[in-house]
Amino acid sequence: MSIEVRIPTILRPYTSGEKLVRAQGVTLEEVLNDLEVNYPGIGERIIDENGLRRFINIYVNDEDVRFLAGLQSVLGENDSITILPAVAGG
Amino acid sequence: MRFDSLLDSVGHTPLVGLPRLSPSAEVRLWAKLEDRNPTGSVKDRAALAMVLDAERSGVLTPGATLLEPTSGNTGISLAMVAKQRGYQLVCVMPENTSAERAQLLAIWGAKVIYSPAAGGSNEAVRVAKGLAAENPDWVMLYQYGNPANALAHYENTGPELLADLPSITHFVAGLGTTGTLMGVGRFFRDNKPDVSIVAAEPRYGELVYGLRNLDEGFIPELYDETLLTTRFSVGPSDAVRRTRELLEIEGIFAGVSTGAILHAALGIASKAVAAKEPADIAFIVCDGGWKYLSTGVYEGTLDEAEAAIEGQLWA
Repeated sequence: MSIEVRIPTILRPYTSGEKLVRAQGVTLEEVLNDLEVNYPGIGERIIDENGLRRFINIYVNDEDVRFLAGLQSVLGENDSITILPAVAGG
Repeated sequence: MRFDSLLDSVGHTPLVGLPRLSPSAEVRLWAKLEDRNPTGSVKDRAALAMVLDAERSGVLTPGATLLEPTSGNTGISLAMVAKQRGYQLVCVMPENTSAERAQLLAIWGAKVIYSPAAGGSNEAVRVAKGLAAENPDWVMLYQYGNPANALAHYENTGPELLADLPSITHFVAGLGTTGTLMGVGRFFRDNKPDVSIVAAEPRYGELVYGLRNLDEGFIPELYDETLLTTRFSVGPSDAVRRTRELLEIEGIFAGVSTGAILHAALGIASKAVAAKEPADIAFIVCDGGWKYLSTGVYEGTLDEAEAAIEGQLWA
């Protein structure tokens, strides 16, 4: 299954500047693994040995995956993924 | 209603039903009108609580200078409290905030130091921390990490909501300092733990996420993920559309961050309708629309309005 992934500015050096890419997978983890295959080096900027990096937020259709099933979140046909760095609001 | 001073009138805000935006008699939306606070935003609660706490602990002494990183509302609230309690205020504010915020801070006598637009509030926090180190006699209350911020909502906003809406099932608020959600979330965990706590996080234009590296990311020290049920990222087009709907359908003139919160609240409402479950969903109206008139967000088409706030810190 092909999923649309939005890449934040800070990770675009890995995608040749592309904002929007596609990756294959049924779970978020599979999609991120496929991203790494196509854009080597991007994976370790998103995930470390403890899972999702502290200052990275990932949303499936605008919902934070930390409140879904994390990396094991299961994706549907028309789902889209947004990756963003954690920044201050307020 | 009579109060001994303006500061005594902070809080006790109305909770109003939204009969036309609510999907049914069983799934109802309720707006807590925090724009009814003295300076017109929810931040009056945190500002007052942080100052009183610092006075009690002796950190703040008469005539002191306060320093605070703020995208606007907290600064305006602190400026008002500082007037009443006799302090000076220096705010560090990102340059990509609405003109009205700077005007209001000036009117209330605060000094504004601008931080670069790129990096948004992250930069304001960084600049403020630098200034705090250079000026050890200034007092930075630091809304992102000050427990009194969340405590104001634990002690006041939460109990007000439960008293006005005992059947509450969901609480939805914006995620900035996280103070509102942490305080209200902790209150309901202790007093009505089946209430869902939903965060609506503004998703800004790319400029705001222009970090040099990922280690510059920022999570407020107050944030405790375990208090939230879920968290939504809401972009400017949904935020603007819902801000307009709130105005056109219910007559409530709110700022853009409230539109983002309403978007999440309506999403929850749709799920409740689909699941045939009753719901009483309360959400925060953070401020009125007055401070955003110059941004163009209430004029023209939705696309024009969205374009007008591109690159702005609209929440």
